[in-house]
Amino acid sequence: MIPLEWYIGLSSIIFMIGAVGFMIRRNLIIMLVCVELMLNAVNISLVAFSHYLQDLRGQIFVFFIITVAAAEAAIGLAILVVLVRNKGVVHTDEITEMKG
Amino acid sequence: MLPVIIFIYFALAMTTLSILVITRRNPIHSVLFMLALFFHVAALYLFLNAEFLAAVQVILYAGAILVLFLFVITMLNLKAEIFTDPFIGEWPVSLAIGSSLLLLIFFTLRDFLPGPVGTYTIEMIQRETNTKILGRVLYTEYLFPFEIASLILLIAIVGAMVLAKKKS
Repeated sequence: MIPLEWYIGLSSIIFMIGAVGFMIRRNLIIMLVCVELMLNAVNISLVAFSHYLQDLRGQIFVFFIITVAAAEAAIGLAILVVLVRNKGVVHTDEITEMKG
Repeated sequence: MLPVIIFIYFALAMTTLSILVITRRNPIHSVLFMLALFFHVAALYLFLNAEFLAAVQVILYAGAILVLFLFVITMLNLKAEIFTDPFIGEWPVSLAIGSSLLLLIFFTLRDFLPGPVGTYTIEMIQRETNTKILGRVLYTEYLFPFEIASLILLIAIVGAMVLAKKKS
């Protein structure tokens, strides 16, 4: 039997890789992919908790997280398409319209 | 012994794949590595007795969300992306922040105490089947959040259409 701590460790490693990727990449598409990576890491830990604590609430939460991830991907990619159409850039350090 | 070997394979493969996702220069390669990662996550769900969620993971994440990403990448012309620097200048700072947070989690993980176990034992789930019991909990105890989820999806559809519409 694998201890629950291993799953939490794996989940936090993947979450941190996603967070670091979100911070270091310039491309907006990869930043959205990194958000999906972080949501998946949380899903792994929720399913592991659900299995080890013998409670199905964790798996129900994964459903809602998948719903929110789908909505977030749709809206994020729509914003990206608009941004590329209006400005022609996908790099975060070239978008400076809101700078004071 | 066999579960430990399988878990170690999954842990190594998932860590490697997620590092590949955030370091590849070409966005298409990143998204394809992400696809492989999602299949590994689905297999890990099977390993944790969550059969329905494994199917949902493959259908929704790999089938819908990643295809949407691939669509957008192929629609935008990103040829110049291959020749530019993929990382921002301050990347060592972000790496330091991320690894120190990870260290913090690992130090607190040693004192982890699990809570009391619930009523859905593995034998009960195997007797009733995972999908049936999940549907029962979702449509009784979590009916109101389920309705709100449909509202979130409606807002996402309308928002994406409004944003992507060309100004006339």
